[in-house]
Amino acid sequence: MQIADDVPPGLTALDRPNSYIGRSVPRPNLARLAQGRAQYVSDVVLPRMAHAVFVRSPHAHARIKHVDTAAAKKAPSVIAVVTGAELAKVITPWVGVLTHLKGLKSAPQHAIAIDRACWQGEAVCAVVARTRAEAEDACELVEVEYEPLPAVTDPETALDPKTPLIQPELGDNLCFERKLDAGEVDKAFAESDAVVETTFMFGRHTGVCNEPRAVVADWNPGEQRLTVYHGTQAPHMMQNLFAKHLDLAEHQVRVLTKDVGGSFGIKVHTYADEMATVALSKLLKRPVKFVADRVESFVTDIHARDHRIKAKIGVKNDGTITAFEIDDLTGIGPYSVYPRTSGIEANQIVNLVGGPYTCMNYRALARVVFMNKNVMCQYRAVGHPIAVAVTEGLVELAAAKIGMDPVDLRRKNLFADDAYPAASAAGLKFEALSHHASTDKLVKMMDYPALRTEQQRLRGQGICRGIGFASFIEVTNPSAAFYGVGGAKISSQDGVTMKLDAQGSISCHTGVSEQGQGAEAVIAQVAATAFGVPMERVRVVMGDTDNTPYGGGTWASRAAGIGGEAAWQAGKALRQNVLTAAGSILQARPEALDIRNGIVIDADTGNERIGLDEVARVCYFRPDTLPPGFQAELMATRHYVPRAWPFAFTNGIQAAYLEVDIDTGFVTLIKHWCVEDCGTVINPQLVDEQIRGGVVQGIGAALFEHCLYDERGQLLNGNMADYLVPMAAEMPDIECGHVVSPTADSELGAKGAGEAGTAGAPASVMNAINDALRPLGAAPLTDMPFTPGKILRALGKV
Amino acid sequence: MKPAPFAYTKARSVEHAVELAGRDGEARILAGGQSLIATLNMRLSRPTLLVDINGLDGLDGLALKDGAVEIGALVRHAQAGRSDIIAKNAPLIAKAIPHIGHPAIRNRGTIGGSIAFADPAAELPACLVALGGEVVIAGGRGERTVKADDFFTGLFETELGSDDVLKAIRVPAANAATRIGFAELARRHGDYALVGLAAAARAEGDGLADIRLAYFGVGATPVRARKAEAELARGALDDAVAALADDLDPPDDVQETGAVKRHLAGVLLRRVAKQLMEGRQ
Repeated sequence: MQIADDVPPGLTALDRPNSYIGRSVPRPNLARLAQGRAQYVSDVVLPRMAHAVFVRSPHAHARIKHVDTAAAKKAPSVIAVVTGAELAKVITPWVGVLTHLKGLKSAPQHAIAIDRACWQGEAVCAVVARTRAEAEDACELVEVEYEPLPAVTDPETALDPKTPLIQPELGDNLCFERKLDAGEVDKAFAESDAVVETTFMFGRHTGVCNEPRAVVADWNPGEQRLTVYHGTQAPHMMQNLFAKHLDLAEHQVRVLTKDVGGSFGIKVHTYADEMATVALSKLLKRPVKFVADRVESFVTDIHARDHRIKAKIGVKNDGTITAFEIDDLTGIGPYSVYPRTSGIEANQIVNLVGGPYTCMNYRALARVVFMNKNVMCQYRAVGHPIAVAVTEGLVELAAAKIGMDPVDLRRKNLFADDAYPAASAAGLKFEALSHHASTDKLVKMMDYPALRTEQQRLRGQGICRGIGFASFIEVTNPSAAFYGVGGAKISSQDGVTMKLDAQGSISCHTGVSEQGQGAEAVIAQVAATAFGVPMERVRVVMGDTDNTPYGGGTWASRAAGIGGEAAWQAGKALRQNVLTAAGSILQARPEALDIRNGIVIDADTGNERIGLDEVARVCYFRPDTLPPGFQAELMATRHYVPRAWPFAFTNGIQAAYLEVDIDTGFVTLIKHWCVEDCGTVINPQLVDEQIRGGVVQGIGAALFEHCLYDERGQLLNGNMADYLVPMAAEMPDIECGHVVSPTADSELGAKGAGEAGTAGAPASVMNAINDALRPLGAAPLTDMPFTPGKILRALGKV
Repeated sequence: MKPAPFAYTKARSVEHAVELAGRDGEARILAGGQSLIATLNMRLSRPTLLVDINGLDGLDGLALKDGAVEIGALVRHAQAGRSDIIAKNAPLIAKAIPHIGHPAIRNRGTIGGSIAFADPAAELPACLVALGGEVVIAGGRGERTVKADDFFTGLFETELGSDDVLKAIRVPAANAATRIGFAELARRHGDYALVGLAAAARAEGDGLADIRLAYFGVGATPVRARKAEAELARGALDDAVAALADDLDPPDDVQETGAVKRHLAGVLLRRVAKQLMEGRQ
């Protein structure tokens, strides 16, 4: 099944009238979203609904000596003012650890802080009132007496004996440490012709969603049931966690996730204020809504990155890479985030550095330390942008050092396209990658030789342009190896239930969820193709734990590859069931029949035999006319989980072309290219938009986004004016290309495409800046984001 | 992000607005609301009364009068950007307007609001200073005008008193000898600039006279670079750039250090000086 372009394929198994796989069909939810008829959690209004607002700590670290709620309780429209100690009676604390990240430790985290506030922005008291505005007014009347404590804000000194402990019961400020030593690293460096060593810095940043985090919780004491309208990526995970911490059975909890205004990994975690809102509903026995405002989003939505990596590469003069070595230090928040932990990003970096290359000598150390700053966890492309920037930054520095073209050096070291299955130095297993085919395609798309000529010509005119590359691998379609084996109740399998309705249309219920990325369209395309109906006769139902098969939701680029395969299998199963029923009605062999365009036909001749509406009519309303003993089953469920490989790795390569104004240090992005291989492409437009959106977020990391903290742990730029998200006007055209190496683990062959753009963009932009500045003798820039000031300092202008 | 409670009154006339503002010591004038509403929502500002002047007669005029361009306080940025009068007679303002925020902001935001708010990183206050314009103010004791050089007194502070309403700004109309220059450096289009420079001069012989260089984003107010002006009048561009070390002392902010801003101010001076000279024919 090799389908990459937006044209109907040649004669394949999918060459049927309802073959939507490989086509850029418009997403079914387009009209709803474009007409403002989507239903976001912010839109949910329930009878007797109250609004929760949180009093948040202004200190990065402080003892909470006393919370005086008396005045706030008397304020207009206030329903309740609840402290951490009071709320702890209805909700238990949690600890964000995974057993397969050995030694990872954290302390119990409460929904509302009780004795201590551990970061600026942590909730210390909740006010519930009839309106958000009145709740905010009353928050100002809550008097919290704090005793400020020393804040730990520098990862470099977090483990020093003199540094105060953030969680004294843990014994130190170390959350997690991982070491890896593969091959013969010291020997390899000793035998290298050149060794390049540098330190990379990655600023702390965050995923800024169009729709902030939002939750409406409705505890119904009559039913003893909790309904949570939640803007989340993982409804079943949250069902499990709400039940667990509110002492309920899972069947007492329903999580409803309709439209979500972007997630990027931000909405796949347990947030204290959301847990508190759900607990407040149980406590107050009425619906309670919490929608994070933009300012509190900046101090409570998980942050990510913030790594300091000392890194080293060895090469031979012929370009052979001999060894990689990294020492990673990352400062997280005061708690490891529940349930995915704050150790995964560092763990991923250790796994991914050097991943595209055959070099088998690799040593890594990663340490994750607690900080009195906002919590950190998985954000789009978890660890990839850092691992790729370190690897590819080293590769291009090494190429420059030995005077070799950076593309040639890559070609010398990338895994050969016929070398699979293969494993990396870190032990990652690759089923089938296409580094060389991807590189060839990229070089052709960008006309690399012509671009180099243009670069030289312009240099003569004093115009300073750079070209940078980034080869990458991406973790997608995770099996239970990601979280399940570590004890977290996060499903890696997913299911689809498909049902024929009484008029011959189908509904398709799935555990994967829509965040704006197009999962709903992909499931509909696959379902329509597998079953044999026009797409407009498919209705996809997602985001409802009462009405969808158990599943993981949307994260780690899994919805299309895993949910899509479940839809494929369910569609085939339902087709079989319907053909069996049709055969019974028609007195024909089911094998001789097929469904095309919503009509049962003779498979050989294509002659129409019976409409699906008629099959449904007979089966649902006149089963008495069917042969004795025959029972039609017009609903089928199938589940899928990758089993053969822990992850379906994808690969690709990006290139950035940009201009640096050496007077101002400003970077103008001229063009960006990405060739990636996500296996079967189900919807080329959606894949390309995933790539482009991902590239933009990666460019944000390279040039703009940075959560700036001072030494007291105060976030200095937590607003949309000072925190610079990438905007359209500064973005280059982004051209996408594909190579298709399907995974054989599924029939569909689709891997994920959600994070490839973010993975490679920062590295390619960094390399392009350094390519532009190298002839000027500037020290290589390795400290993201690359602001005008940093570039000017590298040029010695300030 | 909901504002603290406040009262709201729609003024019937400029005089009524003055009266309302004077009656309540914590009143704020509401025009386009593009800065005020954000500060209210973030509870950085909590006036007890908003006096809405939108729709008042006589505040949205845009006219050439007695050798000056008078722009009413309620003229929106977008309206000024489309105006032939401004394009012909106040080309510096025409050149600055595309740099102000984004189209939605320019549709609502007003010229008067921008001047009255006096954000030190905003474009229009610097343009007003560069042009040597003046501000027309209606107050409890009648109408008065204040020169741009005297109007901006500190960070978000101006000569406007609590019962004053900014009615209009006036800038001298351009003539054949007028030269203008404008440039700013913002990380993203529409952001407040790291550093910006609005400049005006009069062509005289082979050189320039009456040079006014108004920097923004480098201090508490728009800042005149007077030593650089003098050097530039001598035709000494390198000396003018060097003189910025005396003229400007930009503080560090979350985006860049003062040293970077001072360097960028020099780059802008070279670019703007080129514009000033290129205008000569």
